[in-house]
Amino acid sequence: MKILTKCLSTVGIASILGLSGAASAATDLTMYYPVAVGGSLTKVVDGMVDKFEAENPDINVNAIYAGNYNDARVKALAALQSGSPAQLSVMFSIDIHALRNLEAIVAFDDLVSNDSERQWLNSFYPALMENGKADGKTWGIPFQRSTIVMYYNKDMFRAAGLDPEKPPTPWEEFASMGKKLVKKDSNGSVKQWGAMIPSTGYPYWMFGALTKQNSEVLMNQEGTETYFDKPGVVAALEYWQDLGNKHGIMPKGMIEWGTLRQNFLDQTTAIMWHSTGNLTTVKNKASFDFGVAKLPGNKELGSPTGGGNFYIFKKSSAKEKKAAFKFVKFMTSPEQSAHWSKSTGYMGVGPGAYETETLKAYVKTFPPAAVARDQLTHATAELSTHEAGRVRKYLDDAIQAALTGQLSAKEALTDAQKQAKSILRRY
Amino acid sequence: MLSRFNLKAWLLLLPALSFLIAFTHWPTLKTIWRSFTWAKSDVAPSKFVGVENYQILLDDPIFWKVIENNFWYALGTVPTSIALAIIMALWVNSKINCTSLLRLAFFTPTILPMITVANIWLFFYSPNIGLFNQLLGMVGIIGPNWLGDPDIALSSLMVMTVWKEAGFFMIFYLAALQTLSLDLFDAAKLEGASAWRIFRKITFPLLMPTTLFVLINAILNAFKLVDHLFILTKGGPNNESNLLLYYIYETAFSFLDSYYAATLTVVMLATLALIALVQIFVLDRRIHYR
Repeated sequence: MKILTKCLSTVGIASILGLSGAASAATDLTMYYPVAVGGSLTKVVDGMVDKFEAENPDINVNAIYAGNYNDARVKALAALQSGSPAQLSVMFSIDIHALRNLEAIVAFDDLVSNDSERQWLNSFYPALMENGKADGKTWGIPFQRSTIVMYYNKDMFRAAGLDPEKPPTPWEEFASMGKKLVKKDSNGSVKQWGAMIPSTGYPYWMFGALTKQNSEVLMNQEGTETYFDKPGVVAALEYWQDLGNKHGIMPKGMIEWGTLRQNFLDQTTAIMWHSTGNLTTVKNKASFDFGVAKLPGNKELGSPTGGGNFYIFKKSSAKEKKAAFKFVKFMTSPEQSAHWSKSTGYMGVGPGAYETETLKAYVKTFPPAAVARDQLTHATAELSTHEAGRVRKYLDDAIQAALTGQLSAKEALTDAQKQAKSILRRY
Repeated sequence: MLSRFNLKAWLLLLPALSFLIAFTHWPTLKTIWRSFTWAKSDVAPSKFVGVENYQILLDDPIFWKVIENNFWYALGTVPTSIALAIIMALWVNSKINCTSLLRLAFFTPTILPMITVANIWLFFYSPNIGLFNQLLGMVGIIGPNWLGDPDIALSSLMVMTVWKEAGFFMIFYLAALQTLSLDLFDAAKLEGASAWRIFRKITFPLLMPTTLFVLINAILNAFKLVDHLFILTKGGPNNESNLLLYYIYETAFSFLDSYYAATLTVVMLATLALIALVQIFVLDRRIHYR
């Protein structure tokens, strides 16, 4: 028995030493990422990760699909507090203030060490960097970024006598064209709506578009003030209410985010406002001729940016940070960004992506792919403040209360502003 | 004091006890303690603030809304699912041909995970392309926006919950029914009792132990099961279908406010404990145990 014990312990110690020896050769990275639009995006991510690992045999990346943006944040933060943390993650671009308050992330400026990397840091669209910058430093690098775009059914436009190459631009035109697109059946019930703007899921995001189109912003850059009760903002919400109640081009009340794309594909609506991240799935599944256009506008055109950024966590070794930085640079390089954009519909994150052969050819044959990028000149940052979750909920509740007729637009937004003000007091 | 027998007993209990303490008692105590403290964020050191969190709780309109919603939700789902379970169990227990098929049909909703069920019902309830409104449209009725209309969103959730739960409770009633002695029913039939009288005076009282068990389960589930909220309404529109546990999840993981979440959790624990105590001590008197 004693000999057996001695043998076993020798083997045991040897294997432990051997394993640790092997572990120090390769760097293992764990990363969580969300998918907030439909389609088999996890396969695309896995493909890109495999390519990176092939080019970098000493780095292993374990990319874990984590659900939607909320889920990804929950999982990443839980992992940080557990024994097996993640080293980097893709999370909501607007999580920045919360992550900084938790001291969970590092600024990319601290990881950049030479001129080519500095150049890389400046190679992204400025509009996409707005949500990722705080205190003059960059904390999040754009990856799966989007704007809202207007998908419209060209066949239905033709059937209604509208020019399919001229989607509506001013708000009045959106309402009047929408009315022409509404089709009722013999009972008088609507079987085809003019347009649908989703009011569940991310209503504050849709509202960010309407307010920008009215030349208003919802918060300040530092995330310490909100402007929900400004007259222009209230007017934007009243326009949203009128689309359903007065002009009758949308169903009254709530429109569900999760079933909206299916509604468009089933042709129960002629127009939908949705993330450009749905583009490739709509392209593959639409049985009709469809187009994509910039959102209509009032005082100006506008859309918020949206989507997820790469963040690198503080709680990782210097070696892991270097490896994670390399991975982020790879995933956001022009070639990879072009491949990602073509496979999903999300935008290329910098002008370089649109200079690649992949996207140049793709945009030529499929112009809708460039709409989100073209809309960047009219883009505004997504709603991002301290206590982001709560502030978003106050605004979401106000929008839903106004659209279901429980409160007037002014009452709902004044309430939301009051609540947001009181919790932002201490920032 | 610790005789050999006692020591053995404690050691045998130790694995289960350690899990119980680690996952139930210790977190409960920690949560209660946490509800009396506050800090700016999860990384800042916390300080004792007494009942301040509870004062914020009492002033929170969303808190009162979710309590009200949970009350109606429990009232709507518990009696309905129990009644439905008893009816289904009685039907399936009788001598008809396709009992196995019926039992399978009634139990299938229970086997499906809640998230799957919710995703399916999301499309059932969808106003334009959904099953219900299309069926109604065929007979000329314009169906409502089941999940989007603030007046009926909660009721739509209740219907889905009853559909899912009734089969589970039916199983317990079925098992209990099959232990009842047939002599009682034969005697009752000989005395010329009607079916309703038999049910009221014999079957139902004898099923009381099961009813107590099912009642506790159903009420706990009314508070515990919020998976469908993530898919169907996310508590909307405007908190009309928000439930306490979903609000706790939102507070803890969306708002990243673990101190307020702890306060809400304490309220939920106290409510559930109170309900369980009332049920066991009040109803226990009325139950006929054999």
